[in-house]
Amino acid sequence: MTAHDSIAIRVQHVSKQFRLGARQNKYPTLRESLASGATRLVQRLTSKDSSDERRILRALEDVSFEVRTGETLGLIGANGAGKSTLLKVLAQVVEPTTGRAELHGRLGSLLEVGTGFHQELTGRENIYLNGAILGMRRNEIQQKFDEIVAFSEVERFIDTPVKFYSSGMYLRLAFAVAAHLEPEILLVDEVLAVGDAAFQQKCMGKMSDVARHGRTILFVSHNMIAMEAMCDRVIWLREGRIVEDGPARAVVAHYLRNVATTQAEREWSDPATAPGNEHVRMHAVRVRPEGGRPSDAISVETAFTIEFEYWRADANARLIPSVHVFNQQGVIVFNVGPVELSPWRERPEGPTLIRDVCHVPASLLNDGLHRVAFALVDGHDVVFSMDDAVTFDVQDALELRGAWYGKWEGAVRPRLAWHTETAVESGTWSTHR
Amino acid sequence: MSVEGSVTVIEPSKGWVSLRLPALWRARELLYFLIWRDVKVRYKQTLLGATWAILQPLLTMVVFSIFFGKLARMPSDGVPYPLFAYVALVPWTFFANGLTLSSNSLVANQTLLRKVYFPRLVIPVSAVAAGLIDFGIAFVVLLGLAARYGVPPTPNLIWLPALVLLALVTALGVGLWFAALNVLYRDIQYIVPFLVQVWLYATPIVYPTSLVPERWRTLYAINPMVGVVEGFRWALLGTSTAPGPMILVSAMAALATLFGGLFFFRRMEKSFSDVV
Repeated sequence: MTAHDSIAIRVQHVSKQFRLGARQNKYPTLRESLASGATRLVQRLTSKDSSDERRILRALEDVSFEVRTGETLGLIGANGAGKSTLLKVLAQVVEPTTGRAELHGRLGSLLEVGTGFHQELTGRENIYLNGAILGMRRNEIQQKFDEIVAFSEVERFIDTPVKFYSSGMYLRLAFAVAAHLEPEILLVDEVLAVGDAAFQQKCMGKMSDVARHGRTILFVSHNMIAMEAMCDRVIWLREGRIVEDGPARAVVAHYLRNVATTQAEREWSDPATAPGNEHVRMHAVRVRPEGGRPSDAISVETAFTIEFEYWRADANARLIPSVHVFNQQGVIVFNVGPVELSPWRERPEGPTLIRDVCHVPASLLNDGLHRVAFALVDGHDVVFSMDDAVTFDVQDALELRGAWYGKWEGAVRPRLAWHTETAVESGTWSTHR
Repeated sequence: MSVEGSVTVIEPSKGWVSLRLPALWRARELLYFLIWRDVKVRYKQTLLGATWAILQPLLTMVVFSIFFGKLARMPSDGVPYPLFAYVALVPWTFFANGLTLSSNSLVANQTLLRKVYFPRLVIPVSAVAAGLIDFGIAFVVLLGLAARYGVPPTPNLIWLPALVLLALVTALGVGLWFAALNVLYRDIQYIVPFLVQVWLYATPIVYPTSLVPERWRTLYAINPMVGVVEGFRWALLGTSTAPGPMILVSAMAALATLFGGLFFFRRMEKSFSDVV
């Protein structure tokens, strides 16, 4: 192996544009294509400015960076920032429009685990097929076969067609094949978003292993904790351009401060088209920090409100709000309704536009995406319900993590009081602060 | 690692690109596994399994024998009509399936195209080559049928591999054009079955080449399947039409289609993952 200052990946002024027309109406028919070709010809002849410019999506714009051998580089950015496109360019799946990239060494990519798995084939058969697709030689697969099977923990079902596998088994097997590729440069795209916690730990372990063996890793994830734990350096992409390139901790911190939360506000201005029925029509749903705006970030240390505005279309409707908050695992973190009801709710002639605000204290929810389901009930009758009222992201507060860099488990993340006592002999306890 | 120091340069390709045949050679194991997958999967959920490889040409032969052989009294160069038709249907079925499957191959494997890099040519090539197994099965039945009719194979049998290769090259040549076009225009899905149907009648399967006037035969043989079918009859049944010049014309036409197809395919290749 050469010295550590040698370059593994060199990306120079890479841009990638997609023609939106080709993507949106997915399969242009021959006739349409001939027609548009004729239109373009006429436009060119009449030297009219073509409208093509507007229909081009610039996925990457003038991206340049270098990765040293043995370095683990993270790519972060919102959805559509160009992270995956960049990986695809490096994996040679997508050709750059302009620019140039160099890879020094064998490349392996985990753009999507399980690519090329065939439902009808057995686990054993799929290991060989998938290995070949990922670029492994046959004897290489043979050598590592037992190791792959052991890693995937599906020994008993290895001769069963994978269509009978549970999604967890399928995933473990797929990752196991990919993890044993042993490339010099490894591209990883959000593999950690899947599988149970134990398996994620295993995947992370495998990746650290790969990194320790002097291999170069390019890693895309939305999991900022993993980013900080795994990467030496992070590049932040926004709208196809590099915003910042530097030490992981600094770039992640800047990024987190900058990102707006997910669609934390929804509004419907016209009661006629708003979600609802003859009793009620929605006007708005939003999540915002106490005293803040819906675009402000919420962390585990932020108190925030969930607000629902709706029109009461039927003056006789008795409407009691009920809120379910789900986490990313689909677990109901809590289900609440107001404990004390204002007396006007019982009166037929109340206000017609109503806003219910639910105050959520700080240090309650764990980090991650949360979904809010909203319902208006009258006794046991559901008058109106919205399963997907709003989604919001609770970010991790990095300074409050303690020594643990992994994910804090659990649906909630309360900040609880602790104290410690010690005793030399039993019976004489002394308290420490 | 043995590949240490290997450098991959990624750049936009411009104009007519090279075929990158060395890369295809390096992907031969992948080709093997894809063929193996296609063969393995093809009959996995069917009731009759590989019997279909025999039934397809055999049943067609029965239908042709009844309508063209018995009712229309089609001449068959002195060979029993069922054998005359079946000997043509075996390579034809291989060709028709290869053409259909390779035309659909890129679309059928689109998840692969979007996720991993490998020479894309591997996909249509494996789609055609996987048909060789079916061909082999149907061919054994052909030998049995010839023996049953008491027609011994001629020494010209040694030319058969070359004729099978010609059928393969033709299927692949046309398949490459269609596979690449199919990514852009799904119209191809409707064109291919129709084309195969028309092509069947433009090939001497139900009728003998001797029906075609002598001076038109060279032109006729631009359809490469004419050379293949004539060759099969000549090599297996000893029909007297000396098909040498026709096979030569067919081979040239097939190679021209293949090279055109290869370059077209390579030129279109870069846009596959953008569009699929």
